[in-house]
Amino acid sequence: MATTVQPQTGTKPAAGLSNEEILRYSRHLIMPEVGMEGQLKLKNAKVLLIGTGGLGAPLGLYLAAAGVGKLGLVDFDVVDFTNLQRQVTFGTSDVGKPKSEAARARLANLNPDIQIQSFETQLTSANALELFKDFDVIVDGTDNFPTRYLVNDACILLKKPNVYGSIFRFEGQATVFGMPDGPCYRCLYPEPPPPGLVPSCAEGGVLGVLPGIVGSIQAMETIKLILGRGDNLIGRLLLFDALGMKFRELKLRKNPDCPACGTHPTITKLIDYNEFCGIRGEEKPVEANVPEIQVEELKRKLDQGEDVFILDVREPHEYQISNLGGYLIPLGDLPKRVSELDSSREIVAHCKMGGRSAKAVDFLRQAGFKKVRNLAGGINAWAERIDPKMPKY
Amino acid sequence: MPVKVMIPSPLRPYAGKRDSAEFNAHTVGEALGHLTSEFGDLRKHLFTEDGKLRSFVNVYVNDEDIRYLAKENTPTKDGDTISIIPSIAGGCI
Repeated sequence: MATTVQPQTGTKPAAGLSNEEILRYSRHLIMPEVGMEGQLKLKNAKVLLIGTGGLGAPLGLYLAAAGVGKLGLVDFDVVDFTNLQRQVTFGTSDVGKPKSEAARARLANLNPDIQIQSFETQLTSANALELFKDFDVIVDGTDNFPTRYLVNDACILLKKPNVYGSIFRFEGQATVFGMPDGPCYRCLYPEPPPPGLVPSCAEGGVLGVLPGIVGSIQAMETIKLILGRGDNLIGRLLLFDALGMKFRELKLRKNPDCPACGTHPTITKLIDYNEFCGIRGEEKPVEANVPEIQVEELKRKLDQGEDVFILDVREPHEYQISNLGGYLIPLGDLPKRVSELDSSREIVAHCKMGGRSAKAVDFLRQAGFKKVRNLAGGINAWAERIDPKMPKY
Repeated sequence: MPVKVMIPSPLRPYAGKRDSAEFNAHTVGEALGHLTSEFGDLRKHLFTEDGKLRSFVNVYVNDEDIRYLAKENTPTKDGDTISIIPSIAGGCI
């Protein structure tokens, strides 16, 4: 059954299209499923994108091209060189610019007839309700658990649809939360995983096309919600496996005991989502307390010919990008290969940025190694501060 | 009664990089028990210390969430697919 999103009241809806708009949207207008009526619904719709990165790129491009009348772009980040592999809104000349503004400029060039508002701010419990209230549909393209729970709860409190998508390496998930009879994110995942258990894209990697596909699915769902056409992903979790090139679907049920959208909700206002997700600024994970060595000290020791055993706990394909000539044992193999290490020698463990090697050091110390330290900042810190010719990745 | 357990990519490093495994099992709990006996590193990712399925790990038999069936006692039959669906947050801002 099709579900229509009611536009926010307050502004006078557009009653017609200009001749230029009729030409621009002619491939929509000749489809009976869209037509003039549907195109005017799009023109009068207001969609807020949370995140203008990997998922936000196809979302912004397709929603702007389709003629969604007002697009809001929330992002506090700046364009980084490593974003360009998948965040196709941005060009090389955008590196260093705020993402929300760079995306706004790109989308305004794509479609000057729509209104685009950029919000260069971090979405927080303090500003979410105010930001969301003027929009009809919220699209979640964020990259972290606290913001996902925040987006969910704000959408439930304001009774707004939440078009959800998320990706990891070769897999994606998409669904529509926040509809009156449908489930919400908390029905699916009542609690977040503890910090550190699920790797981020920076650690796990992501194939650049994947957010293009999942973000496009979110764009399609958003447009269907606005048009009130077709069957939306309400109560269905779409799973996409890019390697196997398979789509699967799981049933999602509305949990009557859900603290956000159940029959007796206990979440009646926005909470501290960092605390809820176990992220407390002053507390560091266990691995952060392992002894560290700075890249400058390691360089000095190596220059002085000291006996330092460098243990590289990255994967073999990363070793090919850059290495310090270290002995390679991927973190996952360390428990069964620990006998290859000599506990009497001074060991410095490193990875890309210091996260995995901190786990390795923690493991080795528990296994009785006393002279083992973590290279702070990983090989990227070495490339930054010691060897500028070495690539960072 | 072979059933197939689908292993999602975030958990594959703890499962010998496998994407699925087949076991003879009559219930979901039995299949997951076989899975974590074969791949011991998976256990802490799926179960709490007192042996309960972690709340951020969703398990489905075919397309149904076992929370709405008989949880870990949900019976399985030949050819069923058990999917482990962990939360992923990535959007890559």
